[in-house]
Amino acid sequence: MSQSYNRGLIEDFSRWREFQAGMWAWIFHKFTGWVLIGYLFTHIAVLSTAIPAANGATMMFQGSETDVFTGTIVSLEGLLLVRILEVGLLAVAVFHMLNGTRLLLVDLGVGLEAQDKSFYASLILTGAITVASVPTFIAGAF
Amino acid sequence: MSTQTPTQTEESSETDAEADVPSKGDERRDEKRRRAAEERARRQAEEAEKAAADEETIELKVFRYDPEIEGKQEPRFDTFHVPFTKGMTVLDALMYSRDTYDSSLTFRHSCRQAVCGSDAMFVNGGQKLACKTQISDLEEPIRVEPLPHADVRKDLVVDLEHFYDQMEAVEPYFQTNEYPDGELEEQRQTRENREKIKMSTRCIWCSACMSSCNIAAGDNEYLGPAAINKAYRFAMDEREGEDIKQQRLEIIEQEHGVWRCQTQFSCTEVCPKDIPLTEHIQELKREAVKNNLKFW
Repeated sequence: MSQSYNRGLIEDFSRWREFQAGMWAWIFHKFTGWVLIGYLFTHIAVLSTAIPAANGATMMFQGSETDVFTGTIVSLEGLLLVRILEVGLLAVAVFHMLNGTRLLLVDLGVGLEAQDKSFYASLILTGAITVASVPTFIAGAF
Repeated sequence: MSTQTPTQTEESSETDAEADVPSKGDERRDEKRRRAAEERARRQAEEAEKAAADEETIELKVFRYDPEIEGKQEPRFDTFHVPFTKGMTVLDALMYSRDTYDSSLTFRHSCRQAVCGSDAMFVNGGQKLACKTQISDLEEPIRVEPLPHADVRKDLVVDLEHFYDQMEAVEPYFQTNEYPDGELEEQRQTRENREKIKMSTRCIWCSACMSSCNIAAGDNEYLGPAAINKAYRFAMDEREGEDIKQQRLEIIEQEHGVWRCQTQFSCTEVCPKDIPLTEHIQELKREAVKNNLKFW
């Protein structure tokens, strides 16, 4: 008997040029979702300094005694990389929110014919909000 | 003529004959075969030349693979130059290539009018019905491949057994326990109900949606858009009655049923009959939730 030729799953990813709006929305939603989960852990790590700070724990920051919580945040905000990552975080969060709303509408069966347009709209809106946020996040970083 | 390999045209047919003592008839047939191969090669060269001179020819790159012939086990692309005529479809071009250049080119087709659903293929990176896809709408060279996410049997023919299994799994036929009183009474459907299921009845089992679905590719047990659409067509049919609908919803809402859909809309984009597949799947999801929600 003849065996058949299986082209495998790897091939799918080489077809990314042919992906339609809905497919991109799905990929971006997965990606931003994972990024937000990753952020959650760093977020918890930073916030966890609040309890020792409330109990009076201090650290040396710029030559003076500061409480741990403030010291951690201010020193993190002093890093250029963190400032830039914050813009990225905003973009990721905004897209995830907007596309999440879009998916909610899809689940409710509202506007399924315009699902590609609503994806583009959420992309554009994300871009606009991100650009608008740059002055706030980057001010004084350089 | 299927023993013809892409590189060694004449050698192969001659080595075939050497296997046992060649009779006069065998020799004659060999000679005939050899001449036919030469003729074909000559015509192909001619056509390619004409293609260079004449702009009214289209270039077709067709996926070729045949596990039964040694020289064809390595998948490759063959180029065919086909004279363009107004209104030509991808299927027409394939048929021209098969009839003119290589009779071993294999693909399914039957009605040629988008009703039988045999000729779903992967054309220029999208699942299309070959008989419904105009050449003039495509960019050249036109790449024709078999449907992704299905095992290739030969050239453009894929194994659809799994797809048919999934279709069968949703019991795609009318069932009811509520019969009309009279022996000869008809089972009538309201106009509104007919209108509701209208689009879902259009499915021609071409498997384009199943092939485009990213989830179905990774999860072999997932029913797939076509099967769910079939389930929708009967679950939404009011004539079947409440008990049968309950039975259908049990099939639909199982682990690898509607809940596997991630609303990528790939199926809806490729459906040659414009069935709003995602919409139907989403409606069945809501139906399943409503079915299981209890507030007491």
